[in-house]
Amino acid sequence: MLFETIAKVIAERTDRDVAEIKPESTFAELGIDSLDTVELLMNLEDEIGMEIELDQKVETVDDLVKFIESKKG
Amino acid sequence: MLKGKVAVVTGASRGIGKAIAYKLASMGADIAVIYAGNRDAAEAVAVDCENTYGVRAKAYCCDVSNFETAKETVAAVKADFGNVHILVNNAGITRDGLVATMKEEAFDAVLDTNLKGAFNMIRHCTGLFLRNREGSIVNVTSVSGLIGNAGQSNYAASKAGLVGLTKSIAKELAPRGIRCNAVAPGFIRTDMTEAQAENPLLGAIPLARMGTPEDVADAVAYLVTANYITGEVLRVDGGIAM
Ligand SMILES: NC(=O)c1ccc[n+]([C@@H]2O[C@H](COP(=O)([O-])OP(=O)(O)OC[C@H]3O[C@@H](n4cnc5c(N)ncnc54)[C@H](OP(=O)(O)O)[C@@H]3O)[C@@H](O)[C@H]2O)c1
Repeated sequence: MLFETIAKVIAERTDRDVAEIKPESTFAELGIDSLDTVELLMNLEDEIGMEIELDQKVETVDDLVKFIESKKG
Repeated sequence: MLKGKVAVVTGASRGIGKAIAYKLASMGADIAVIYAGNRDAAEAVAVDCENTYGVRAKAYCCDVSNFETAKETVAAVKADFGNVHILVNNAGITRDGLVATMKEEAFDAVLDTNLKGAFNMIRHCTGLFLRNREGSIVNVTSVSGLIGNAGQSNYAASKAGLVGLTKSIAKELAPRGIRCNAVAPGFIRTDMTEAQAENPLLGAIPLARMGTPEDVADAVAYLVTANYITGEVLRVDGGIAM
């Protein structure tokens, strides 16, 4: 569920098909740099209605899903 | 010119910050007047901005050196005004003394307000700037930070730090249309320089006078609107540090 939301936001931002976004995709291969990741999180905050303070490095989409899930508690 | 923009000006209850608040209000910006202790003065500045320039303005008590307080204040400004487009980090203090006798607390207090305070405000405004894909930050540093000043090692260090902060943020956020610049005033007539009237350095000012808060405010207004300038440190010092 969270993965689908994230994949949708990434797809919109990078002009890709949602199907191209896999859990193991790295942000680097999706062409998303660290500042993009911050912006992506902001879009996600709007989408899931929760404040996310990214305080660790995330490399793959799955890392991000796990990070947000850990914050949700 | 700045109609519809919201400007946060720290240390706007007095001196240079007050002049900056009036200048940006005169250009049409809504103003968040940030102060530390002088509530009446800050509220009077907000009322003046509203009555004289017909913009919206409100005073906020905020110790900028406190990360959480800065965060809450930016959130309050956003709740009241809807957004933030311009940030002027002007709040600053001096605790002058010779390094041989300077108390640790005097060093920390100056670094905390002047340098960390600017970081805190930028940190909490950047999310809004990124969402807006625009933003203009101006940090008020000092010629002391550029050329040093005996008796001001803490202050000069904080102001030199601001220069590094300014340039790094300018580079980091330029790809998103967010600019960050600084002004470096010399001797400006305010409460801060009250005790400086006899300072022999005054005689070394090429333009042969102290500056006014309005001289600095004009430079800040220029940088706020100068769309192709980022990472610049503009001296407003009558030529003393050239
Ligand atoms: N005057 C000069 O010659 C000169 C030269 C170079 C650079 N500068 C720089 O210009 C800036 C303004 O100087 P000024 O001469 O106008 O100073 P000022 O008259 O002493 O005013 C200082 C302002 O900063 C606020 N402030 C102090 N600590 C704060 C904190 N922790 N959180 C929030 N606000 C705080 C004060 O609020 P309250 O009124 O509530 O106390 C006041 O509004 C400073 O950064 C200073 O270093 C001044």
